[in-house]
Amino acid sequence: MKNQVFIFLAILILFMLPGCSNDKEASVQKEKKNAVELSIAAAASLQEAVGELQDAFKKEYPQVTITVNFGSSGQLAQQIQQGVPVDIFLSADQKWMNMLEDENLIVKETRKDFTGNKIVLIGEKDSDKDFLTFENLKGDEMGQIAIGDPDSVPAGTYTKEILENLGKWEELKNKFVYGSDVTQVLTYVESGNTDIGFVYSSDALISEKVQVLAEADSSLHTPIIYPAAVLTDSTTQDTANKFIEFLLSEKAQTILAEYGFIK
Amino acid sequence: MDYTPLFLSLKVASIATIIVFILGTFGARAIAREDFFGKSVLEAIILLPLVLPPTVVGFALLYLFGKNGIFGKLLFESTNIQIVFTLFGAILAAIVVAFPLMYQSASAAFQNYDKNIENAAIIMGASKFKVFWTISFPLAWPGLLAGVVLTFARSLGEFGATLMIAGFIPGKTNTIPVEIYFAVQAGNTSTASFWVVILIVLGLVANIWLNWWSKRNLLKYKTD
Repeated sequence: MKNQVFIFLAILILFMLPGCSNDKEASVQKEKKNAVELSIAAAASLQEAVGELQDAFKKEYPQVTITVNFGSSGQLAQQIQQGVPVDIFLSADQKWMNMLEDENLIVKETRKDFTGNKIVLIGEKDSDKDFLTFENLKGDEMGQIAIGDPDSVPAGTYTKEILENLGKWEELKNKFVYGSDVTQVLTYVESGNTDIGFVYSSDALISEKVQVLAEADSSLHTPIIYPAAVLTDSTTQDTANKFIEFLLSEKAQTILAEYGFIK
Repeated sequence: MDYTPLFLSLKVASIATIIVFILGTFGARAIAREDFFGKSVLEAIILLPLVLPPTVVGFALLYLFGKNGIFGKLLFESTNIQIVFTLFGAILAAIVVAFPLMYQSASAAFQNYDKNIENAAIIMGASKFKVFWTISFPLAWPGLLAGVVLTFARSLGEFGATLMIAGFIPGKTNTIPVEIYFAVQAGNTSTASFWVVILIVLGLVANIWLNWWSKRNLLKYKTD
């Protein structure tokens, strides 16, 4: 028994060792090649697109290693506020970027609107509800509806705005199940637990189990714009600026469009 | 201030604790001391929610007890009870996540005393029912109580699985942990801190009370 415990501990320690040595090697290599590390905090909705953007950027700047941290824009903004070291912030919402700008945490000149999105109404793949539009939703005819929490999930905030402008918010209010992020809203619809849900067009495109029932008229809500900015505390300002320039390039815009983002 | 999260949390934790206590006690008594084929596999399955991330548990529950899930559909058609997006979902999540803790404590408790005491009683003609209530149960009581404390604490703090299956519906399924999460997400620090304090106080009080109560009970039991 005792022997087994020792073996178990020895294995645990073995797992820790390579971690240490690799770090050292990596840092030595870095100094040699003059490599730069870029840390990006990106809104969760960008996850799929950023993976490809990252690859494309690395082709042009092979010396750059990129690490991306995904989360809801609000969560990321608060982490940045608390001093988490990040070079670039890609937000799905102007609100959180404004907050960081007010506190001088981002470099004002680097702030660029690099893409946009749309709100869509989704149902299960073989849903029989394809007659639905934003305008003809009726509270008493609907089951539960999945929506991002309007207080914390931007997609929810925009949806609320749309429904308020259509005068439907109060009527549908007690049908809502609030998701902590758009992915959860997708899961609820995919699994058939709610008939319909509201997500970004980029999210609807990723999932094969849902279909877009209707698109919201963009005049019904504040434009959905994704701003990017370099953070004041970034130690790699030049490279970070290059990445933001890259985001605005035609190549990056094509990639973003493929994933359902439209400027 | 809206206090519904407090009441919802207490409701979920108490109901879940009672159910888990009953299931865990009888389950452990039935399984723990027997040797049968596939026992280790069965116990591994029982303990699975302990090692899985709660979101995974929640995801599985969502698919099993969802509107199109096997159990969810069956339950809805037979009793008209909907699990997803209701307080039932929160209770179910708490039960599944806390059950392994109760089972572990209870199975240790039932193996911790001399089995011959029970055998003696049976030989002397006591019914199985009587043996359980007058011998097994009191002897295992300290261990069972430890399980109850853990179960209550785990149910009170359950978040990941709860959020998946019960969703966030203010006034209906917003237990304290879920309320805290959404308050933090919305940047609503004062609400979040308020509930954090409540949860800490609640957890401390529950633990202290149960510790004190179990000690007093054990003392009484020892002097007998």
